[in-house]
Amino acid sequence: MSLALSAPAFRRFRRHRLAAFGAATIVLLTLGCFLGPFLLPFDDTTIDVMNRFAPPLSGAHVLGTDELGRDMLARLMMGGRVSLIVGFTAMAIGMALGILVGAVAGFHGGWLGAALMRFVDAVLCFPTIFLLLALAALVSPGLLSIIILIAATSWMDVARIVEGQVKSLRERDFAVAAQVLGASDARIIVHELVPNAVAPIVVAATLNVARAILLESYVSFLGYGIQPPVPSWGNMLNNAQIYLTSAPWLAILPGLAITLAVTSFNFLGDGLRDALDPRMRAR
Amino acid sequence: MSGAPILDVRNLSVRFRTEGGDVPAVSDLSFTLDRGETLAVVGESGSGKSVTSLALMRLLPKDSAVTVTGQALLEGRDLLAIPEPEMRKLRGGAISMVFQEPMTSLNPTTPVGAQVAEAVQLHRDLDRRAAREEAARLLDLVGIPAARQRMDDYPHHLSGGMRQRVMIAMALSCDPGVLIADEPTTALDVTIQAQILDLLKRLQERTGMAVVFITHNLGVVAEIADRVLVMYGGRAVEQAPLRPLFSRPLMPYTAGLLRSVPRMELAGRRAGPLPAIPGNVPDPRHMPPGCVFHPRCAHHQPGRCDAAAPVLEAADEAREVRCLRWRELAA
Repeated sequence: MSLALSAPAFRRFRRHRLAAFGAATIVLLTLGCFLGPFLLPFDDTTIDVMNRFAPPLSGAHVLGTDELGRDMLARLMMGGRVSLIVGFTAMAIGMALGILVGAVAGFHGGWLGAALMRFVDAVLCFPTIFLLLALAALVSPGLLSIIILIAATSWMDVARIVEGQVKSLRERDFAVAAQVLGASDARIIVHELVPNAVAPIVVAATLNVARAILLESYVSFLGYGIQPPVPSWGNMLNNAQIYLTSAPWLAILPGLAITLAVTSFNFLGDGLRDALDPRMRAR
Repeated sequence: MSGAPILDVRNLSVRFRTEGGDVPAVSDLSFTLDRGETLAVVGESGSGKSVTSLALMRLLPKDSAVTVTGQALLEGRDLLAIPEPEMRKLRGGAISMVFQEPMTSLNPTTPVGAQVAEAVQLHRDLDRRAAREEAARLLDLVGIPAARQRMDDYPHHLSGGMRQRVMIAMALSCDPGVLIADEPTTALDVTIQAQILDLLKRLQERTGMAVVFITHNLGVVAEIADRVLVMYGGRAVEQAPLRPLFSRPLMPYTAGLLRSVPRMELAGRRAGPLPAIPGNVPDPRHMPPGCVFHPRCAHHQPGRCDAAAPVLEAADEAREVRCLRWRELAA
């Protein structure tokens, strides 16, 4: 799918310094997390009791080791893989669900649309963290289940955005024109309406990745998410709690990683919002 | 132009239920359209012309607030009664439509060639490449210069006239028998208007389609119509072939409309402003009693025109008029 105004939008985006920084950081993080472990001489789960609590920059372990002598850099990279995989797949599933619900509700309106959107409102009423933890307590923890849980708690805002967009776009002349030419409802939604709502959808998607990474960290930190020995930024923080004074890097490093990833995605989302906002076109 | 009409509308009525009461937008409208013929539907804003076209395409909201009654037989099939999936096959196929606003009627996110190709594929069993070829042919047919190079342009690259040509190409993609053109030239420059009218005439000669041309511009009517249907307050008030209607209108409303057109040959010689029809289109919720036009009519007789509602009667074999006094006035 191509955006009609992509060239000027891209220029606006590049001028947005923080967004460019965010995009660069995301690319580096992704490359680092997925390629880095192959270049590193240490495995993220190899225990080395002789080298426990090695501080960063103190030897072969660039970022030090944890309480079992495992290499922190390797663990951060593997944890980053988990976070990014969870972030992107949860976003993708949440977006798909949200777009589907929003498009159906916005297009059909009436009792079906009202019922769907009231359901969205009802789910939104729950505080996300408690909803997530309540659900997490019911299923066995793991990568797949955490992805599904996060997706299940983050599709509602997209549904709302898409519903509003579709509702207004379907009254537009080109949607009516498509109907006049005999296009089916599904065709009008997929070919005419959703492409025109792509800007707010992309922005929401970016922000949702950040949210998903943060939620995964919360849940893992509280012990319901990714289970040790598989590292994730959240459960590394959890481990680090007791060593906060003696080995502060155990907490600081995953904390920094989370902050970096989440702010990068948020900056990227902000930049995309500005770049794709038609009202900014005059600048 | 022989045989049964391609489109036969009988007693079409459209009512909207609103909080302020029932609004009869179209009342008991009947007309026919022969193959290859152009029928101009003329009237002021609010006379029900656009509602009529939407009703024929079945594009009015499908809820309890809208009641559509009557029949609209397209080659014998009632457009108002067939199930929706069948209607979808007819839309864009046997009956198609061009809108007023070319600037907003194209999808801004899709190149125009792809949009035309999509329209082609909706009703014709062609693969992607053949549909694209057909789209190029259609764009060429509607007079887009260097059509093949324009295929990958987005709508915002094209001018209003060019976009209207693209819309026409899409509407014609499946050789419709009937084309409804709802003020297709209103949003365009005068010179472009003439080009689009020319194009429509040329295409009509080529394909033999019948055209329902909705407009409030009598200059456009003179240019394109074979027959004219004048609407007022949701009713047909006069229906006649083009020349007799222009030379000898029977209904005072038609006469008023014709008088309010600026005329070149009178420029400079006429003293005073252009005569206008006084007053406004009646509020459809409170239609005046008797003849709906009588409050604005120069010829109305108190006690007669505001008492009895005139019926649409045949003035001769080709004309119909709805006026109590047309015989006296014509004399």
